[in-house]
Amino acid sequence: MTTTTLLALILILAAAGWILGRRRALAMVEGDQRQLHSLPNYYGWQVAIFVMVPAFALLALWLAIQPFAVNMGISDMIPEERVAQAGSRALVMADVRRLAGGLDTAQAAGVLTAEEARGLSVEANDIRDRLAQAGVALGSAVDAVTLRAAQRYRQLAGWGDLARNIAVIVVAVAGFALAFRAIAPAFRARNTVERAVRYLLIFAAFIAVLTTVGIFLSLIFNTVKFLGLYPAEDFFLGLNWNPSFSGRGGGSELGILPLLWGTLYISFVALVVAVPIGLMAAIYLAEYASKKVRTYAKPALEILAGIPTIVYGLFALVTVGPLLVDVFGRGGLLGVNWMQGGTAVMTAGLVMGIMLIPFVSSLSDDIINSVPQSMRDGSLGIGATHSETVRQVVMPAALPGIVGAVLLAASRAIGETMIVVLGAGAAARLSLNPFDAMTTVTAKIVSQLTGDSDFSSPEALVAFALGITLFVITLGLNVFALYIVRRYREQYE
Amino acid sequence: MDDFFQAERALSTMQDTKISARNVDVRYGDTHAIKDVSVEIADKTVTAFIGPSGCGKSTFLRCINRMNDTISIAKVTGHIDIDGEDIYDSRVDPVQLRAKVGMVFQKPNPFPKSIYDNVAYGPKIHGLAKNKAELDDIVEKALRRGAIWDEVKDRLQAPGTGLSGGQQQRLCIARAVATEPEVLLMDEPCSALDPIATAQVEELIDELRQNYSVVIVTHSMQQAARVSQKTAFFHLGHMVEFDETDKIFTNPQDSRTESYISGRIG
Amino acid sequence: MTDATQGAPFPASRPTRSILSEDARTRKRNAAERRFKMYGMAALGVGIVFLVLLLTTIVRNGIPAFTQTFIVLEVPLPEATLDPNGERLEADLKKVSTFGYNPLIEQALIEATADIPTEIEDGDLDKILSASAGAILRNTVIADPSVIGTLQEFELLASSRVDGYLKGRVERADLARDNNLDAAHLDLIDVMVERGDVERRFNWQFVLGSDASESRPEQAGIGVSMIGSFFMMLVVLGLSLPIGVAASIYLEEFAPQNRLTDIIEVNISNLAAVPSIVFGILGLAAFIQFAHLPQSAPLVGGLTLTLMTLPTIVISTRAALKSVPPSIRDAALGVGASKMQSVFHHVLPLAMPGILTGTIIGLAQALGETAPLLLIGMVGFIASNYPDGVAEGFLSPNSAMPAQIYEWAKRADPAYYERAWGGIIVLLLFLLTMNLIAVLLRRRFERRW
Repeated sequence: MTTTTLLALILILAAAGWILGRRRALAMVEGDQRQLHSLPNYYGWQVAIFVMVPAFALLALWLAIQPFAVNMGISDMIPEERVAQAGSRALVMADVRRLAGGLDTAQAAGVLTAEEARGLSVEANDIRDRLAQAGVALGSAVDAVTLRAAQRYRQLAGWGDLARNIAVIVVAVAGFALAFRAIAPAFRARNTVERAVRYLLIFAAFIAVLTTVGIFLSLIFNTVKFLGLYPAEDFFLGLNWNPSFSGRGGGSELGILPLLWGTLYISFVALVVAVPIGLMAAIYLAEYASKKVRTYAKPALEILAGIPTIVYGLFALVTVGPLLVDVFGRGGLLGVNWMQGGTAVMTAGLVMGIMLIPFVSSLSDDIINSVPQSMRDGSLGIGATHSETVRQVVMPAALPGIVGAVLLAASRAIGETMIVVLGAGAAARLSLNPFDAMTTVTAKIVSQLTGDSDFSSPEALVAFALGITLFVITLGLNVFALYIVRRYREQYE
Repeated sequence: MDDFFQAERALSTMQDTKISARNVDVRYGDTHAIKDVSVEIADKTVTAFIGPSGCGKSTFLRCINRMNDTISIAKVTGHIDIDGEDIYDSRVDPVQLRAKVGMVFQKPNPFPKSIYDNVAYGPKIHGLAKNKAELDDIVEKALRRGAIWDEVKDRLQAPGTGLSGGQQQRLCIARAVATEPEVLLMDEPCSALDPIATAQVEELIDELRQNYSVVIVTHSMQQAARVSQKTAFFHLGHMVEFDETDKIFTNPQDSRTESYISGRIG
Repeated sequence: MTDATQGAPFPASRPTRSILSEDARTRKRNAAERRFKMYGMAALGVGIVFLVLLLTTIVRNGIPAFTQTFIVLEVPLPEATLDPNGERLEADLKKVSTFGYNPLIEQALIEATADIPTEIEDGDLDKILSASAGAILRNTVIADPSVIGTLQEFELLASSRVDGYLKGRVERADLARDNNLDAAHLDLIDVMVERGDVERRFNWQFVLGSDASESRPEQAGIGVSMIGSFFMMLVVLGLSLPIGVAASIYLEEFAPQNRLTDIIEVNISNLAAVPSIVFGILGLAAFIQFAHLPQSAPLVGGLTLTLMTLPTIVISTRAALKSVPPSIRDAALGVGASKMQSVFHHVLPLAMPGILTGTIIGLAQALGETAPLLLIGMVGFIASNYPDGVAEGFLSPNSAMPAQIYEWAKRADPAYYERAWGGIIVLLLFLLTMNLIAVLLRRRFERRW
């Protein structure tokens, strides 16, 4: 019985429980609903919940634990020299699992009978060939150790599955019986059901926490693995980024500093573009613009925020880059030769700045609007002009909020990926020239994790270390910015 | 005390006219907030506007320094002259007008700056001080005039928002007088204050009369009686009656004024 | 009388000033005022100009992708080469490979251009056609064997260089270093255009078709990755809406004021600002490395984007729930409903328009997101097949629209830039529709309490 049929079985049992539970409750009071504590449906739900929740919980637990148990059962069957030969135990185990899975598939496809599958031997049969008939491709010829382990694996897994099916069904039936017998007119079915729903709601709310935990775990585990293969000080203090492409060749230089420099430089250029424009636009919209201008200009600016970053990336690569080369490159309008190619800090920074304008302006707009009108009246009432009021009264009052908005924008810029992947270049470089191509933490995460690199080389694992650096920086900025903004809001509430 | 006030009131009525309003109408979109109001406000006098809430007294006050300009739907027609100059003339810059006609608001609204900077703000933007010493001098004078100098002289760099409500309002008055206006408009300046602070501010208003023409909006009849020499009664956008304060409170001409004074409407 | 007496009496130090004439200082201040206002207008203008620039760039570069150049050609389909046995058996017909058709096309081209003087060698004539031409002939023959032995008129895709020439993308000068096409070919094309053998028309294959190999940009379409995006959005909608709503109901209606609730809330607001690439790393580690789900599958993409979209949906759902006035809850509780019933029967239906609006906006965000998809392998894969069924739709490798656009942007042939911009137009049309629905929903159901 597969997991899917088991799931279906539990669901059928639950549905039956719903119908029978409801009927039993009504039968007990001879159809007079008013004598029941809860509406009849709740009695049905109660039985269904008692069937499903324990059974599903057990199933989930079993599915999570069984692979580990089976692995433990067979891992001592594999001799050390085999492990040494393959490079790592995990690789041998992967071979074993693949073979076992292939045998299962072959049996299901009818290429092998159950007895044949069990009685295969390396000498007598060409296993690779037989499996190929069933559409299973094996990487290498099967050796005796692997075959034995695979057979053992199938046996253990088979027992495990059987025990699982029995246990889950028993639990489901027991839940059914328990809930069904508890039905009585005075039984508070609604309260039970509502408590269950409440736990469901709590679980949903917890998924956010689980996501954060998941991010932490996936980053930390792989980072620790990376730091086992590559010295931490070389990573955090290294001035060179020069991964070897062979994958296992070693000799890679994986220093984060050039990447951080590129990230911060591009973010800085982006903020230099976005903050003045965004802030002034927000001031104009909040303080000067007529209602009509506001109704059209504000959504128009927000369109910029709704455009996917891949569009900005392409804009940088195809339009802005060549345009900048025409101005700052060899033979360009300025007659200077500052820019070698279209991808550069300036290209990515400029385009990212455009992307951030609406982000800065809508946050600042909110903040400027929350400065109380009485403050403006006070200033206007003693004869200040509107701009003096804005610059000397509104801005100082809104400053903490605006600082928060700028920090949020900075965190956005640091974490932005597509624009820098397409617009900033691929070379890691510690240079001051904004027209040089540089690369960023995010761009390197992408390049180290795409392609067919296996996840055990330092060249791939370094991406997780880069990821955790990025996560910590942006999280720090966000927490700080949200704290400032919240404190600012409270001040005027 | 009473005799002293009486004497002064008699004197004040002889002053020249500072503000003269003729046939002023104000509309907020479809709402007709002020209907054909004409009034003459004398120099070096405290004039009180009283009336039930929503009667237009604050709206009319805000016409006098064109604060209604900041509300885009407000439309003012008619004439208001200050020293014989029409403030709604197209040549008039509201900024210059407001430097001449200062305003104090209902809720104390100190800027989120230090006490010193709050007061220095007006003189700075109007260029009243040539150097730091002069500015210090202006700030001290204004704070003294606002009757708050003794309380804050040791902490001029402390934030203005940290003062108590009454102190904040007196700081706002100091801020308004620091630009040396000729008219001071006060929009229910004591409504957010406790009785002790109210007494201090009222005392201050009486002081200010020596130099300024003060117009105060209040919904407390007692306050109007205590501080003003002239009183105007507003009702539903009309100015019903305008006369010597004593006369309004002892012998009103209009039945609506009498009803309000005696507490039947309002 | 406190210190006021100390200051008095004050002489009014400033003489009475006229307000009718502007003094010098006021003039200066008013000039500063105008300047400041201008800066604001300029900033807003710059923002709008950027928007217009971006949109015109997209439209100008992308529109050509929707039309394609076709060459009308009469090709003889002789029985001798295509079905030597003459029995029209499908197995026999399939024996002739795509390459077997190429001589036929070559011959047809030679005949079609026989009257045009050209120095192109006969064997090089087919460079004006897409490499897909042979396959088109073959499919036609296999689908309808009765055409064998006749002369058939085909509309064959022109090669991307020819297409680019007619669209103004490729100039004669560019061809000097290009061994795919010569200037002589272009002269030939000019004549054929005049004769009406070459035409440019709307290209459904771009909207509905699949990606093609790097050397055949004229054939590539965004259709298959659109389906990939569709299945991903199904996953996102199916998971993030119920989970997001459940989480918001708990936080807004049931959660006690305690540390745990605080932690959850801070968590959600911070997750909303975590860079999307980090969610990609999570998806890679959790769903592919740990749970062994298939790479490049829309299911995995959907799960990853769900985690990314959840905070957005929770934030907007909570706002929607908050906007339902407490009096509604009180009324329900007052007639004896349980707290749970008051929420599910009264509050939730009233908040639904707001929730749906937020969900659509969250989905639109997820639809345009690229970075996480790069890490879970939805890029670099040539999406050449439509999924066979619903299960394959979720599980078999596919691309997604933004990932497909990125893939095209990376390819060397500039003809692919045109495809990328065209893909962006398709993507933006979807986003526009979704946002429009959200706006309409808000307008239609907006309620002021």
